[in-house]
Amino acid sequence: MSGIRAQFKLQRDSFVLDASFEAPMRGVTAIFGHSGSGKTTLLRCIAGLERAPGVLHVNDSVWQDDQTFEPVHKRALAYVFQEASLFPHLSVRANLEYGYQRIAASQRKVKPEQVIEWLGLSHLVDRRDVHSLSGGERQRVAIGRALLVSPEILLMDEPLSALDTRSKQEILPYLERLHRELDIPVLYVSHAMDEVTRLADHLVLMEKGKVIASGNLHETLARLDLPIAHFDDAGTVIEAIVAQHDEKYHLTRVDFVGGELWVGKVDQSFGSDVRARVLARDVSIATQAPHGSSINNILNARIDEIRDEGPDKVLVRLQIGESQMLLSRITRRSRDQLGLKPGLFVCAQVKSVALMS
Amino acid sequence: MSILTPDDLQAVTLTLKLASVSTVLLLCIATPLAWWLAHSARWYKGLVAACVALPLVVPPTVLGFYLLLLMGPQGMVGEFTRWLGIGALPFTFAGLVIGSIVFSLPFAVQPIQNAFEAMGKRPLEVAATLRASPWDRFISVAVPLARPGFLTAIILAFAHTVGEFGVVLMLGGSIPGETEVLSVAIYTHVEAMEYSEAHWLAGGMVLFSFLVLLGLYRVGGNWAKGAR
Repeated sequence: MSGIRAQFKLQRDSFVLDASFEAPMRGVTAIFGHSGSGKTTLLRCIAGLERAPGVLHVNDSVWQDDQTFEPVHKRALAYVFQEASLFPHLSVRANLEYGYQRIAASQRKVKPEQVIEWLGLSHLVDRRDVHSLSGGERQRVAIGRALLVSPEILLMDEPLSALDTRSKQEILPYLERLHRELDIPVLYVSHAMDEVTRLADHLVLMEKGKVIASGNLHETLARLDLPIAHFDDAGTVIEAIVAQHDEKYHLTRVDFVGGELWVGKVDQSFGSDVRARVLARDVSIATQAPHGSSINNILNARIDEIRDEGPDKVLVRLQIGESQMLLSRITRRSRDQLGLKPGLFVCAQVKSVALMS
Repeated sequence: MSILTPDDLQAVTLTLKLASVSTVLLLCIATPLAWWLAHSARWYKGLVAACVALPLVVPPTVLGFYLLLLMGPQGMVGEFTRWLGIGALPFTFAGLVIGSIVFSLPFAVQPIQNAFEAMGKRPLEVAATLRASPWDRFISVAVPLARPGFLTAIILAFAHTVGEFGVVLMLGGSIPGETEVLSVAIYTHVEAMEYSEAHWLAGGMVLFSFLVLLGLYRVGGNWAKGAR
């Protein structure tokens, strides 16, 4: 079976980790939860840095069960920590090649020069003192160092959270390319929804040491029974392609299965893949196609499910076309006045779309 | 005219030999001990740490006295060495080395332990995720990162052994060429009212100590810079 199957139990003081999940061995699986939800502990258990009773299968190999515990250095993984944690006594190049030199030549899938070029590190490799690098540069070296052990799976523990906004923006494109070009499965721990919606394909949700849901990103984000649907920045993600640029009004049209959206003009060329995020608070509902609206994006939708959210609000799940889901947060009064109920065909007005790549 | 008598020269050479041998052996003992003290969570860790630190507070004569009893023909160690066919250790160079190691142990262990503790677990965890085995991690990461601690330990252990008197006197007496070290030679000169000879040796000791401290502070300074 291709995939990762993990199940761990660990009690430490008042914290109890009792987590199990399965994830595919492709794309990015985000482990998402608030701080203290146990997501880092779970990742450390998977790496073998934490020794908790449990079972861990990665593809066909058993990394841990009742009889086995593969030590960290024998697991075909790489780990990017929150802080770059470069070795201060080694040069940038020696840091990059530390793991590379420790794997058999036959296992090496990438060469240092490829990784250096790929991560834009060529002007840094000859630095002797890693302290002279900026935070973003250090984290890029750490990512390169991890990639150079040619891992079967890459574990990343909030690799952006210790960085300022600029360094984050500097690294995010590399993480996206990592995902698209290198074909290494990634387990990505994060508490930042914008990172998760931008990078992940699969979502594992954690709360108080437990995995409360695990599944495809699109489906999981659209589940009204989960707490993330009720966050202020709840929303869904749309996979689309760039279809048209309107030079006159400086807009771009992106198409997805079931509809199209107009967004502020982007640089991506015609036909390239983009990911759009639509927040529940930016979607309103009309029972008829509105006339004279300033809103550019009005999509035909069918109400799939409605769930109360607090005393005044309801959350509506809308289906666009065959499979695309949108969330809409409206008042309870609007629901009653418009007579909204599941099965009804309506117009979804999308006030704002965030294009992520 | 010669400033130092042949006996004095012999004492200087013997002292340097004793300090060198003791320091090398101390590093072999102190490194694993410091590693264990820095990483263990056993309940008896405090007990071991206290034993290691004991020579800091126990008067050297007391330490020398018990070592003499232990290594003497009736002592546990003495019986063991006799069984090995080495004979009794007191009043031999080997006996002095053992005494020096016990006496200087805290000066070697504590700087190394502090250095291991200061680096934390993270660099070793990183190395483990980069396929380094435990021994590899120790050699390629822990030792280079703890280098200032090792330097401090070497300097302190060496200097401390050079200057010791109480343990040496109890354990070694003053057999020229075998156990008569510098500090004992100075003492002998003073007892014989040979103040000028004592001066040369004592002054040399002061200069040596000063240079050692100077070196130590330079290492300390570099350490502070490197840790940033």
